[in-house]
Amino acid sequence: MSQSFDEISAQLRRRHRKSARLKWISMGALGLAGLFLVLFFADMLGKGMPAFQQAQVQVEIDYNEDAQRMGRAALDPEVSRLVSRTFERLIPGQIRDNPELLGTTETRWVLADSQVDQYLKGHRHKLSESQKATVDALVEQGRAELKFNTTFFTTGDSKMPEASGILSAAVGTVLTMLVTLAIAFPIGVMTAVYLEEFAPDNRLTQIIEININNLAAIPSILFGLLGLAIFINFFGVPRSSPLVGGMTLALMTLPVIIIATRTALRSVPDSIRHAAFGVGCSQWQVVRDHVLPLAMPGIMTGSIIGLAQAMGETAPLIIVGMVAFIPDVSASFAEAATVLPAQVFTWAGEPDKAFVEKTAGGILVLLAILIFLNASAVILRKKFERRW
Amino acid sequence: MNIQVAERSITPMTGHTAGEPVTRNEDANHELSIRVRGLDLWYGTTQALKSLDIDVYQKNVTALIGPSGCGKSTFLRCLNRMNDLIPSVRIKGLVEMDGRDVNEAKMDEVALRRRVGMVFQKPNPFPKSIYENVAYAPRMHDLVSRKADSDELVERALRDAGLWEEVKDKLQEPGTSLSGGQQQRLCIARAIAVRPDVILMDEPTSALDPISTATIEDLMDKLKQQFTIITVTHNMQQAARVADYTAFFHLGEIVEYNDTKTMFSNPATKKAEDYITGRYG
Amino acid sequence: MQTDQLLALFSGILLLLGLIAFFIGRAKATRVRATGTAMFAQPDQYAWFAVLATAGPAITVGILGAILMLLLGAKIPPLYLLAGSLVVAAVGLTVGVRQVRPDFHARQAIERVIRFILVGAALISIFTTFGILFSIVFEALRFFKMHSFWEFITGTVWNPGASFLAAAGRAEEGASAAQFGSVPLFAGTFMITAIAMLVAIPVGLLSAIYMAEFAPQRVRTLAKPTLEVLAGIPTVVYGFFAAITVAPIIVSVAGFFGLDASFNNAVAPGIVMGIMIIPFISSLSDDVINSVPDSMRQGSLALGMTKGETIRDVVVPAALPGIISASLLAVSRALGETMIVVMAAGMRPNLTANPLEDMTTVTVRIVAALTGDLEFESAETLSAFALGLVLFAVTLTLNLVSVLMIRRFREKYRVNNL
Repeated sequence: MSQSFDEISAQLRRRHRKSARLKWISMGALGLAGLFLVLFFADMLGKGMPAFQQAQVQVEIDYNEDAQRMGRAALDPEVSRLVSRTFERLIPGQIRDNPELLGTTETRWVLADSQVDQYLKGHRHKLSESQKATVDALVEQGRAELKFNTTFFTTGDSKMPEASGILSAAVGTVLTMLVTLAIAFPIGVMTAVYLEEFAPDNRLTQIIEININNLAAIPSILFGLLGLAIFINFFGVPRSSPLVGGMTLALMTLPVIIIATRTALRSVPDSIRHAAFGVGCSQWQVVRDHVLPLAMPGIMTGSIIGLAQAMGETAPLIIVGMVAFIPDVSASFAEAATVLPAQVFTWAGEPDKAFVEKTAGGILVLLAILIFLNASAVILRKKFERRW
Repeated sequence: MNIQVAERSITPMTGHTAGEPVTRNEDANHELSIRVRGLDLWYGTTQALKSLDIDVYQKNVTALIGPSGCGKSTFLRCLNRMNDLIPSVRIKGLVEMDGRDVNEAKMDEVALRRRVGMVFQKPNPFPKSIYENVAYAPRMHDLVSRKADSDELVERALRDAGLWEEVKDKLQEPGTSLSGGQQQRLCIARAIAVRPDVILMDEPTSALDPISTATIEDLMDKLKQQFTIITVTHNMQQAARVADYTAFFHLGEIVEYNDTKTMFSNPATKKAEDYITGRYG
Repeated sequence: MQTDQLLALFSGILLLLGLIAFFIGRAKATRVRATGTAMFAQPDQYAWFAVLATAGPAITVGILGAILMLLLGAKIPPLYLLAGSLVVAAVGLTVGVRQVRPDFHARQAIERVIRFILVGAALISIFTTFGILFSIVFEALRFFKMHSFWEFITGTVWNPGASFLAAAGRAEEGASAAQFGSVPLFAGTFMITAIAMLVAIPVGLLSAIYMAEFAPQRVRTLAKPTLEVLAGIPTVVYGFFAAITVAPIIVSVAGFFGLDASFNNAVAPGIVMGIMIIPFISSLSDDVINSVPDSMRQGSLALGMTKGETIRDVVVPAALPGIISASLLAVSRALGETMIVVMAAGMRPNLTANPLEDMTTVTVRIVAALTGDLEFESAETLSAFALGLVLFAVTLTLNLVSVLMIRRFREKYRVNNL
């Protein structure tokens, strides 16, 4: 005679508990992953937000004789230690360019030294007790305060934390991405069109397909080795330039664009192709006039995602020399440049603790751009999503 | 010999008590296994089952027939609460087994499914060895404690399912390596290994070739000595061959529930007659 | 003249010739058609054919010349090359325009050319793979000429220190001979990869199980893209996070237990790398678990199994090839990951089993060898390519095995969306 429901239920109690445990543990795992994400962003925001503010002090500049040789002489010795040396260095040049300045005085807000900045932000600093007192006094008089850090967005790299900015890296990123897109987009789309619309199902096609999938999984640093050995050493493309960086990243982005384009092409129903063939279009006309326009939103989405991936890439760029120290903004494809992630890497290696917030600030800018790109890809997809 | 049961007439159409068969099959066992009264089921807002009444008797084969989409599979899945897996399903009415309403809040659906096994339309062996396919559930249910017990149970289940001779030398091969008919018998062995009271079969032969179908039909005949079998079939000849009782479903209702022989020779309703004679379906 | 000026001139003239070809071709075709002659193609197609006939051969000649100069060292004055290709362009133009005849299949000719260009584009991906392979193999062979392969594979001391002196022909001045035993580097790589997998596989797999089996639809649609964010964060950012935030935490936690941890310990980059890899495992596992046929789950539930038992004993084993495949891809990813270890792991080749010590990895040494002033003859620089070769071989194998496993899964359950 078989058991009654109650007997079985009693036996099952332990097993039900185990089943519930799996549910809670797996939920916990997902929660843990989410927690990582939250902690990560909180940490980056906490470290990086201060970078968008920078201490400035109001000083009296006395364009005297001594200042022609040494900028520091233009300032009150008590505050001169508290002012960024990048500012002091400029004074002799200013006097040379405008001799009428000599003998005049001027009251201005100027960049403070990074130690003052760190002190005002409550971070670790190297100010002496007397300097601290001076700063406190200046703050009391309203002559020293944290202001929005425009320098960060308008200058290139610098050895002084207070004077360093991301502009040259941002320009470098734009140039590099232009090169990447100019190479990867047409070649990627053409490859995908060939594989989806033209290619016969033969050995070569299969090899190309396997190869593309494999290319997508090759460690990025190996693309750097290729860039170094082939583009730089063999073809003589200038090292550290946006050109070589863009070419290297283009090869990495290629599989992403190809795979996205193929998916987009595949989602165009065959009925459209048959209809176009039916009115006498040739294969290329079908692709150009009917299939590609319909697949374009998907192709754009994939390309934006590929671009975002390339934009965050650092390792291959280090290998092709794009972690240069670039203080001045240069808009040339062939001259040494750096990109945002490489700038982050450079700053992360600086021993001066004041660079930590610059690094995190650069990271926030980079993340903001990437989030913007990915969000626009998602919106693009949503907007043009079509059900056949 | 068939006796017309005409007292206590409730259902106007057939003039017999709700849920009972129109004609009794005197060869059959008449201990009640599952009693269904006023069962309604909705998928979202669509009503798929309408006020079903049926008494299923123990150690019989009861066949559910009817045109596709008439609710016979849906009804079958009410009996072991497999419909719980579909979020939009809503159920009202009584499905009683062993004196308990299977839909009541206290009922543990896992316990229910241990007593009401199921064989599916398409064979679905687990991605395990033939041996493990059969031994897995009894081991989890603590029906066996030693390896020897397990071996014995596996052999008995495979013998009962008529598969032992074919697989005894390759018990460690994956269950998926068998042919379709063998896989289905493996699934039957798997179901009977946990000694349920009822085995539900949802068109168990529709994916199989005629020879495998015949084997499984013979098997059902043998298994009914130990188990109550309720089978859905789209094949009327099969129902006629294997079933003691047959229920004819149409548009979510049980139009006629009758002794199989009577159902196919002298159905009580016009609709069942039309279906059986092939006017629609 | 400068090369880029020449190039600009070349493009300008070619563009002009192309325009001329287009308009002459179209005008001629229109004229012929106006006489009432039936033609095989539209005037525009004849025009485009003329353009292709002009530009195609000229560009081919230009590229061939450039390749000859670069690869074979042929000394062709750029000006001659330019002039030559422009002459070819002019010839192409006359031929192209002459081909504008009613019986000429301009459309088919264009299709053939386009097809040719598309094949060319598709081959670039192949060239890239071979480019990587050749560039690495070629330089690695140069390295193995200087140092034995056996020593590289089995040596336990990595000390490239004096190799640049050897390259400068002053080997005897070096205090000790350079040694290139890669075992400590691979040990470090595997240690960090193992730590990453210890984080990523349980968290990723369990998250996938929750999303696929338990989570309500709303949570699922939200959780998946959120997890993907982890994969979209640049690795350099993770590296900073590992070095600045996680490593000090590890050091203080170890200190709490009375253990001594280096700030460049292997645990911090390992954990952070694991976090980065979670979505690789969860996303693919989720897809795989979802494509396990529902009949499997129902078969198990119908036997009176609980949901947990069904997942553990039926669903996960059925999805196992896919899960293993995802894990292999993740391992391959971790082995080749560079920025996190460059920023958070050590520089010192250190053969140890203690993850709290600093250790270095293959990718760290590749970066170290190739940054700064490059002296391509030095064994240290070339050693980067030898390491890269091994990395390439290992990741390629992992990727291929992973592809094979997922294909087997796909064939077994006949799913097409993986």
